[in-house]
Amino acid sequence: MSEKTRYWMLALPALALMMIFYIWPVLNIFGISLTEPEPGFGNYTRMFDSNAVKVSFVLTFRIAAITTVFCLLLGYIVAYTITTYGGRRAPLMLGLVLLPFWVSVLVRSFAWIVLLGRSGLVNDTMMDWGIIETPLRLMHNELGVLISMVHVMLPFAILPMLANMRGISQSHMMAARGLGASEWRAFREVYFPQTLPGVFSGGLLVFVLSLGFFITPALLGGGRVMMISEYISYQIQELLRWGLATALSSALLVATALVLIVAGNFVNLRKTFLERK
Amino acid sequence: MPNPIISVRNAVKTYGKVRALDNVALDIREGEFLTLLGPSGSGKTTLLSAIAGFLSVTSGSIHARGAEITHLPPEKRDFAMVFQGYALFPTMTVAENVGYPLRVRKMPNAERAERVRECLELVQMSGFADRMPHQLSGGQQQRIALARALSFKPDVLLLDEPLSALDKKLRADLQWELKALHDRLGVTFIYVTHDQDEAMSMSDRVIILSDGSVQQEGAPAELYNRPRNKFVASFLGKSNFVPAQIRKQANGTYTAQVAQESFELSAEPEVNIDGKACLAIRPERVRLGLPGLECFAGRIRQISYLGERCLVLVDHEEFGEILISQTTWNASLPPEPNMEISFGWDCKACVPIAEN
Repeated sequence: MSEKTRYWMLALPALALMMIFYIWPVLNIFGISLTEPEPGFGNYTRMFDSNAVKVSFVLTFRIAAITTVFCLLLGYIVAYTITTYGGRRAPLMLGLVLLPFWVSVLVRSFAWIVLLGRSGLVNDTMMDWGIIETPLRLMHNELGVLISMVHVMLPFAILPMLANMRGISQSHMMAARGLGASEWRAFREVYFPQTLPGVFSGGLLVFVLSLGFFITPALLGGGRVMMISEYISYQIQELLRWGLATALSSALLVATALVLIVAGNFVNLRKTFLERK
Repeated sequence: MPNPIISVRNAVKTYGKVRALDNVALDIREGEFLTLLGPSGSGKTTLLSAIAGFLSVTSGSIHARGAEITHLPPEKRDFAMVFQGYALFPTMTVAENVGYPLRVRKMPNAERAERVRECLELVQMSGFADRMPHQLSGGQQQRIALARALSFKPDVLLLDEPLSALDKKLRADLQWELKALHDRLGVTFIYVTHDQDEAMSMSDRVIILSDGSVQQEGAPAELYNRPRNKFVASFLGKSNFVPAQIRKQANGTYTAQVAQESFELSAEPEVNIDGKACLAIRPERVRLGLPGLECFAGRIRQISYLGERCLVLVDHEEFGEILISQTTWNASLPPEPNMEISFGWDCKACVPIAEN
């Protein structure tokens, strides 16, 4: 048996698993979208005509975009702090970034409900201190979804940027300052451009994950902020419209693929998803 | 020193209990090529960083042309620095790198382009303006780093082990070029290195640091010929140390008594008279002869042939090991291992040093 065949044999179990439980169902979803309730492109024409679908898609992309922007802003600061000022505490700080991964997304989302609810911790505290008279609406709207989405997605933004920043020598900033640039200017013109690959990677990761995210928007949106994944689940569970739901799923998959293809022109995808340091 | 371009006074830098700089004082003359030489951990890079403004001294002060700059940020000091790893900006082309200090100083585009061209010519890198730094070899990157540092015509150029990452041959070539560049431009160079050859071959003046304090300063030849202590004598080149008694004679001259032999010293030694001292003797100043010819007897233990010279390790029953360096060309006595020989030296070769 040749070397090559042996390695393929080793990869076979994982490959088979993917084929049976992922590729095959995805193909089936595609098939259902073309055959339910009757064969043809009826589901797709209905999807493109439906205003509700359009609204949901726009909402999904908007929330994903805003989440990405905030994750990048906050994540950049965290990653920069860890690399520049972490020193011996850097592993601890990194551990704190990773800590949320030990808690399921479901639990984290419920925690936000406890915090942001009408008589949640945040509202109660602010009313106690007399900052507000009546409770603010912090959830069951886009704000609530965004707050918890940013929280859940933040590590995915931090990690690629951290990996990138670790590879950048501090001497560049020092050199720039030694040559006459102020600290801010040295950061802007010399350091920041070098971190762009990390920023793009983190941004892409967060954006793509956000597009198909389900649990957090469903819980914090309370049925009022219907992102596309929840819309799909609603079609199946409440209306039993398998045809439309599978068409939407296919559309989401294609949309995500398009994002990746477009992004592939700017970001090294191999680095973003495969070669995590 | 009248009107030093930079002067450091009583600089102390502590990290916890470690004193990286221990009361360092030094004056730097305008236009000189000054080297801070020392082993790693001697404080030489700390001192350079303090002068550049990348770290603040715990106490003491730094002045430039009489004005205090101790607390000035690096960008306000108008010194240029060349880093060990070159620190070229990877997102900018060679021309953008070289032009960066000029852009920061708001020089108009046309003038800047002209100056960049001049600087690239200065380091013989004219054809490389549009390359990216990662497309260049180490030596080429070093030249660009130098051009970038010189582009804004700084008064002072700080160099932090700029050649340490290069191979030996290239390093030797660049040493000549750096020296020529210094002589041509008249800019003050402050050069940090742990390599004594580098220090000796380029500098007008060398400051030897160890454990955060200045051990000795002077021209290379002065340091080599008149080391003040054991550290300097053994760090800058090699030295043999033999125990000696320093005595003042009735006629006012000084002698060093080594075993049965007495050597007359040319000047008053800076060591305790009649106390314990030793003589430092350079290996190439020890003569090798047939038994009985010179004043000390020994046996050759080992020989190391280096081409132009050969090193001979001799055992002496009182001094222990004595290292002798002989030119190989026309050597009067070709050494062999286990040979019984004699060795000795001139009075002029003796450098009295305090024993501690």
